[in-house]
Amino acid sequence: MRKSWWKILAAVLLVYTFTAGFLIKVPELGILKETSRNLFFHVPMWFGQIILLTISMIYSILYLRKPDLRYDIYAVALAKTGILMGVLGLLTGAIWATYVWGAPWSNDPKQIGVAIALLIYFAYLVLRNAIPDIDKSARISAVYNIFAYFIYIPLIMILPRMVESLHPGGKGVEGNPGLNGADLDATMRLVFWPAVIGWTLLGVWISTLNIRLYLIRDKNIINVK
Amino acid sequence: MIKTIYALLKKDLLLELRQQHSFHGILLYVASTIFVLKLAINQPGAEVWNGLFWVIQLFVCVNAVAKSFLQEGRGRMLYFYTISGAREFIIAKLVYNIILMLLMSLLSLALFLVLLRNPLGNTVQFIGIVCLGGVSLSLVFTLLAAIAAKAQQNAALMAILGFPLIVPQLLLLIKLSKSAFGEVFREGAVLQLTLLITGLDIMVIALAIILFPFLWKD
Repeated sequence: MRKSWWKILAAVLLVYTFTAGFLIKVPELGILKETSRNLFFHVPMWFGQIILLTISMIYSILYLRKPDLRYDIYAVALAKTGILMGVLGLLTGAIWATYVWGAPWSNDPKQIGVAIALLIYFAYLVLRNAIPDIDKSARISAVYNIFAYFIYIPLIMILPRMVESLHPGGKGVEGNPGLNGADLDATMRLVFWPAVIGWTLLGVWISTLNIRLYLIRDKNIINVK
Repeated sequence: MIKTIYALLKKDLLLELRQQHSFHGILLYVASTIFVLKLAINQPGAEVWNGLFWVIQLFVCVNAVAKSFLQEGRGRMLYFYTISGAREFIIAKLVYNIILMLLMSLLSLALFLVLLRNPLGNTVQFIGIVCLGGVSLSLVFTLLAAIAAKAQQNAALMAILGFPLIVPQLLLLIKLSKSAFGEVFREGAVLQLTLLITGLDIMVIALAIILFPFLWKD
């Protein structure tokens, strides 16, 4: 394994999350009861997705400044892993919702927002395939990636907070205790932040594997300068 | 720079006035769609009316804006590339599409009010919201049409790219337009929503002006 220290760290943190996550005592919070353990799996997925898509956007900006195909490869690999984390976040959320809200899908604003965000990034992948010329595809998808990011952030962060939502942070949250950073219980905090770091590092690891694969696959066209 | 923008804008407007090709095409599209709606749902309730209105607006915008980019042939695009900068070109296109979309929005609103009854509490406020909506939709779709135009101008591609991206603004517009139906909003909510939509519009304009030069060079 190349540069193994952070990968081993990721694995250790995730093993810690899985074990401590199920063993520690969670506070009794109304209807949540033991399901609040899902906090260590569901929320880090979204942290991970936002971080990965932010870095993907930065690589798109870098590509536009200097058309090096390596930046484009980084951008698409990170976006793909971001999509993966989004799908996992939706699935973990659906599992949680089945027990707490009664149904896996409740047309909650945040659920709809993240589903649309997934559609936006799927469209990014479709766009890349629609343009046969490699440089043109990289340039145009870089433009789309940047545009999509600035629509994505309001979509998942600002809009769900403005409307009545079942998620914590929305208006009219009677049944849902606040699980935001400020009132996170101290014991849960001990597992939560390492979980965030662990899942994000795992996402980055998956992206780097993809990147190395694409770099080898495209090595004939990258170094033509 | 203003002169270039004005010249490009004048060219588009004159072309439109003389040929009236897109205008009549979209007018026909709007009229037939609303007429089909009237046949299907004679007197829709307020919520259905609102939802249908914004969906029609969405499709009208996709058609109107797509036409404005599609009608330039390759040779003419090259000519524009030599005579004007990218920024002037995109600003002229944005302004032209805003004007076109405002016209189409107000026309479709008039047809909606005439053919499907008027459930509005506050018509003037709704007209304002429709104008804001028309502007917002046209801004996003202009940038998307520029992107799709480079990808072999596939009309389906513009729909695939466009619909997810327009959802935040559309949701905000639908929520805002409920205030014109007489629904009571808490203090300052209408202003907050309007500012948010305007903020998103300004962001889209800034992104279009910054990103278009990269799409331009070919």
